[in-house]
Amino acid sequence: MLDVNAIDTYYGLSHILFGVTLSVRAGEVVGLLGRNGAGKSTTMKSIMGIVPPRKGTITFKGTGIAGRKPFMLFRQGIGYVPDDRRVFADLCVDDNLEIVHRRSSEWDKERVYGLFPSLKEIRSRRAGHLSGGEQQMLTIARALMGSPELLLLDEPTEGLAPLIVRDLEEQIVRLREAGISILLSEQNVRSALKMITRAYVIDNGRIRFEGTVQELEANEEVKRKYLMI
Amino acid sequence: MESIFGFISPKILSQILVGLSRTVILFIVSSGLSLILGVLRIPNVAHGSLYMIGAFMAYTVSHLFGGGNMGFWMALVLAPLGVAVVSFAAERSLFQFLYEREHLMLLLLTFAMSLVFGDLVKMIWGAEYRSVPVPSVFQGYINLFGGLPFPIYSFFLLVIGPVIAILLWLLTNKTKIGKISRAAAVDREMVGAVGINVSWVFATVFIIGCLLAGLGGVLVAPTVSVTLGMDHTLIMEAFLIVIMGGLGNVWGALLGSLIFGLTQSLGILVWPQFGIVFPYLAVVVVLLFRPTGLLRSTW
Repeated sequence: MLDVNAIDTYYGLSHILFGVTLSVRAGEVVGLLGRNGAGKSTTMKSIMGIVPPRKGTITFKGTGIAGRKPFMLFRQGIGYVPDDRRVFADLCVDDNLEIVHRRSSEWDKERVYGLFPSLKEIRSRRAGHLSGGEQQMLTIARALMGSPELLLLDEPTEGLAPLIVRDLEEQIVRLREAGISILLSEQNVRSALKMITRAYVIDNGRIRFEGTVQELEANEEVKRKYLMI
Repeated sequence: MESIFGFISPKILSQILVGLSRTVILFIVSSGLSLILGVLRIPNVAHGSLYMIGAFMAYTVSHLFGGGNMGFWMALVLAPLGVAVVSFAAERSLFQFLYEREHLMLLLLTFAMSLVFGDLVKMIWGAEYRSVPVPSVFQGYINLFGGLPFPIYSFFLLVIGPVIAILLWLLTNKTKIGKISRAAAVDREMVGAVGINVSWVFATVFIIGCLLAGLGGVLVAPTVSVTLGMDHTLIMEAFLIVIMGGLGNVWGALLGSLIFGLTQSLGILVWPQFGIVFPYLAVVVVLLFRPTGLLRSTW
């Protein structure tokens, strides 16, 4: 589904990613784990075309997508949920969903509200007035409106109360069951391990580990060095 | 001279109405400027040029159709469309590549464009004064409050103003493009990341903003002499209005225009020789107490 091959990404002059390689197969939930500032968000933004890589290739469903604009990638089936949420604060919940480009009718507002019933109750509230958890649900709902095949979830549980994190984990599992492939970045490794099947560990812009959840659980050195657990 | 408002003299009332009809022109032009500032973040100094071009196009169209009522109505439709075409060309050929540039550079560039537009107008229409006749349906005066004459055309403007305000409200709140542009005003990158081609959204908003400048030019044409330089006077006022109201806030533009138009017309009553100073004093006072403008800015 997604193949990221040896990408180098810069913010202006600062070199952030060094030869990052990873892949997500159809139906998989893959974790991208690492500390704050390790390069998780930059990897996500590189894939989405927001900060295009200077070197390396990115392939999605068999075609090279590095250098394409974010709106085109969204239309090809990549949904992006940024770590800082970025709801359209001025618009109400309904409008946040309505303005999204629809590439198919697979997901519509009713189906999205079915997944997040609590959003439906606040559909006419301004997004800027929602709680952190509600905003997080809204950003995921917003990405779903484009009927994505691949979802880039950047630290969805960041800053949320434990109870809300549990809800969110359930919903992410349901997305996986709906057949959406997910690349999930997390600092909160314990939470991530419940949802993912395979993991990459990133540190200082380099991939340091790649393997199944069981392999990661068994690798004390990687856990201690890069994940602080 | 009895007035229905008791202690307010009819003279003051009629000055208020004069001020309000001036407000309409200011609002139409500055709401367009504010829209572009808010969504595209371009301080478009050339906005005044489009207002001037609108007025000159109104002159041409109204003369093409014989200068009568028909000429005016055609000008009212065709001249803003003409301005929209000019702005579309400018947006696609130039502005669309400049959205990420810093504001100082955009300020210089659009100032340069205002000079270019000024010269183009001079080449096409010449340097003479032009006049657009008031259409016969709106000619003449009506007597207000015990005999003060008030031009019918100004009444027409007083009707147009609220209509435009309502249309703008519908556009920004009820249409998809309006909602998208409100989202893009705050986070254009994220709007792109939900599949929207922001480039075309910006083009549309730019054209709508410029269309409003052109419309303002058409509406003002029968009340002034259409001439070179009318762009520079207006762009100053429009910028002050937008700054006073809150950058990017269309309702701020309405409020700013009201303050500007009314202080101008009432100032003349208070101190006739220095009437023109009052709007600027109002700007100073507003910015002293509300440095970021009266209403919430999108910046």
